[in-house]
Amino acid sequence: MSMINYASREINCKIVYYGPGLGGKTTNLEHVYGKVQPDTRGKLISLATETERTLFFDFLPVDLGTIRGFKTRFHLYTVPGQVYYNASRKLILKGVDGIVFVGDSQVERMEANQEAMQNLYDNMAEYGYDLTTMPFVIQYNKRDLPNAASIRELQASLNPGWEVTESTRMRPLADPAHPGERLIEQLPTGEWIERAPYLEAVAVSGEGVFETLRAVSKLVLKSLA
Amino acid sequence: MPVSASSWSFTEDDFGAITKALERFLADCNARCALLVDRTGQLVATVGQRPDFDPTAFATLTAADFSANDQLAKLVGENDFSSLFHQGEKESMYLADVARRVILVVLFDSRTTLGLVRIKMRQTVVELTQLFEIVFARGGSAEAVPNILAGADDEIDKLFQ
Repeated sequence: MSMINYASREINCKIVYYGPGLGGKTTNLEHVYGKVQPDTRGKLISLATETERTLFFDFLPVDLGTIRGFKTRFHLYTVPGQVYYNASRKLILKGVDGIVFVGDSQVERMEANQEAMQNLYDNMAEYGYDLTTMPFVIQYNKRDLPNAASIRELQASLNPGWEVTESTRMRPLADPAHPGERLIEQLPTGEWIERAPYLEAVAVSGEGVFETLRAVSKLVLKSLA
Repeated sequence: MPVSASSWSFTEDDFGAITKALERFLADCNARCALLVDRTGQLVATVGQRPDFDPTAFATLTAADFSANDQLAKLVGENDFSSLFHQGEKESMYLADVARRVILVVLFDSRTTLGLVRIKMRQTVVELTQLFEIVFARGGSAEAVPNILAGADDEIDKLFQ
């Protein structure tokens, strides 16, 4: 739920980083915090346990520029990755404008990824939000690790595509970030499917972090336009 | 898009009316500062003495605080806890729900009492609820509030080049 403040000429949007535990959600925010100009960001708030596991959320507000005289302010949140904290995870999703799913590329984490994705769908559905119609991108993190699964495997497991039901959208749509791939396509069975845009990242070194933030915030602004 | 359907905007007139109600409230109960925060953690308005903390962070934590307490209320069989009180040595805060969408937070010190704040807050909440219900009823409807981003696709693209 974006908030437009005409008095302070601001558009405020909420982006939530979701995903399995230890997948790199907080690391994404920490990198953004460290790299953007101090005058364009607020404080990084972390409600974490003593062992630095996110207990409730991390929060970072950043300004991404001005459109039509309105400052675009994005509130970035992460949720706790551990299933144990599902109640607080769900609270963070309230009023969300855009979602980044931070997947852990390691083969061993495939099941945790799937579980988190299912949990995201379920929690969104409880609020009546439909993930397939809102700004949503997937980040495959930890691409530098030797035990990282291939993009093809990750896509098949986490982003197999949802059915396109609107006839106006039933036309091939190329994925601008990945030549030769499509975001919307027709399967040999005749069914049209759409996938969420995906990005590759190594959040600890910052690779792909800003690309992800840009991708999701652009989708959010376009959804308002 | 369902996202924008649940959006809400307030105009300068709304803002003026809200600010006036809050200023009156602060004067009546001799509190330091009042903040309005929406349930998703966005700061809507600040009135009174300028807080010396980061108001954005404060707003986020307030919303989280309220949401967590909402869930606690449900666990103990209550619909909600419509107000919360946090007592400090010097500074205290009182939080109250407004129209189920906004939270009114008031910061006060020893120059006033909890009882007075609570009484005055109750009246202000009623007043604000009426104001906000008008804002929410209008919602993000295109006629009432022009969509400032309509047709701004090119500008959005440029921002992310």
